[in-house]
Amino acid sequence: MWKRDEAVKPTSQPIPPAPVASNAQPSAPVALQAEPRRIERDLVNIGKSVVIKGELSGSEDLTIEGHVEGKIELKDHLLTIGPNGRIKAQIFAKTVIVLGEVSGNVSASEKVEIRDGGSVDGDIVSPRVAIAEGAHFRGSVDMQKKGGAISASASTSASATTSASSSASVKPAPQPTVAQAAQPAAH
Amino acid sequence: MAFSDLFSRRRKDEPDVDTGAAKAPVHSTKGLAKFIAGLTGRSSPVLLDLGSVTGSNVTFFGEQLGCKIIVEDLSKDIDRAVKEKTLADLPAHFTTRFSQEDGSVDGVLCWDLFDYLDKHSAASLAQQIVRLLKPEGVVLAFFNTHEPKESVEALYTKHVVVDQSTLQHRPYPAARGKQRPFQNRDIQRMFEPLRITEQFLLKSHMREVLFRKTGDAADADA
Repeated sequence: MWKRDEAVKPTSQPIPPAPVASNAQPSAPVALQAEPRRIERDLVNIGKSVVIKGELSGSEDLTIEGHVEGKIELKDHLLTIGPNGRIKAQIFAKTVIVLGEVSGNVSASEKVEIRDGGSVDGDIVSPRVAIAEGAHFRGSVDMQKKGGAISASASTSASATTSASSSASVKPAPQPTVAQAAQPAAH
Repeated sequence: MAFSDLFSRRRKDEPDVDTGAAKAPVHSTKGLAKFIAGLTGRSSPVLLDLGSVTGSNVTFFGEQLGCKIIVEDLSKDIDRAVKEKTLADLPAHFTTRFSQEDGSVDGVLCWDLFDYLDKHSAASLAQQIVRLLKPEGVVLAFFNTHEPKESVEALYTKHVVVDQSTLQHRPYPAARGKQRPFQNRDIQRMFEPLRITEQFLLKSHMREVLFRKTGDAADADA
C-alpha cells in the first residue's frame, strides 16, 4: 500500500516555465571549462531590465524576460518569452514558447506554445500550435504543413547551427547577435 | 489511509491538471459534422471563430481542415460593453469590429454567442458575418430555445471539440447572462440572404443552425 503510494508520485519533473535569469558574461576567459560553457549556452537570457529596439538574431536558444521591439530571428532554435517578457516584434524561430506578452506575428518551423498567462496579439504560422487554458490569443493561426514558409531559411540556419555546435567546445558559444540597429538600454 | 487520500495526493503532485475542464459535461452535436463537411474539399479554407480561444479546437480544425483560423473572441467585447455601460453601442461597434475583407471567410463558428446579444446587436453582427462570408461559405450557430432563468449565475460556455459529434461545455464567468431566445423567423431575418440548410433541435434545449451563402445569396449581397 505505502510502496504503491511512492510509485504513484510522478518521476519526471514538470517543465520549468522558463530558465531563471543567468548573467551571461561575454567578457569571461575563453578557453576555460568546456562543460560550464555548454550550460551557460543553454541559458542565454535577456534580463528584465533590458530593452532592445531593432533586430535581434542568434544561433542558440534564448529566453527573453525584458522588452524587445523590432524583429527576432532564431531560425533553428528555441525562443522562450518569459513571464516578464514584453515583445513588440515579428518573431521567427524553430519553437516559440510564450509566457509573457507578444504583440506581433509569430512564425515557427516546429511549434508555437502559448502557456497559461501568456498572451499573443498577432498571427501565428506554425505546423503545431498549443494554446493553454488561461492563455490570451487574438489573431489567426495558420497551421501550414512542414517545409512551408520557413523552409527557405532552414538551409542558412542549418549551417549556423553546425558551426555553433562544433565550435562550442573550442571557443565560447556565440552570444545572440544584437544587430547594428539595435540599441540596448538599461532601465 | 483511505484510497481517496492517495488519489488527492496524486492530483496535488501532478502539474497542469485542469480538474474543472475534466469535469465539464459533454454534449452531442449534429451541426458540427455538417459544418466540417461544408468546408471539406476547399483548399486552405479560412475559419473565423467568434468564441473564446481554445487550443485543442485550433489543433482540431487545423488538422481536420488544414485551415487558417482567425480567433475573434466577442465575449470579451460583450463583457467590456457591460462594464463600460455601452451596450447600446454594440450594434455600431460590430460594424467596425472586423478588419477582414468582404467575402474572405469560408466558415464562421458563432457557437452560442447570439444568446448573449439583444436583437439589434445580434442583427448587426449577423450582417457582418454575411459580409465576411465567401459564396458557399457556412456558418454554425447555436440558439437557446428556453427563457433563461434570472437566478442562474451568468456564464459563457467554452465549446471544446472532442470529436465531430461531441462537444465539451466548459462554463466560465460572464458579465451578462443569456438574453431572451430568438424566434425562428428572427434568426432567418437576421442572417438574410443566407439560407438555413440544416437545423437540429437538441434535448439540451439548444437549436443548432447551419447557414450557407448560396450563389443567389452571394449575388444579392453584391
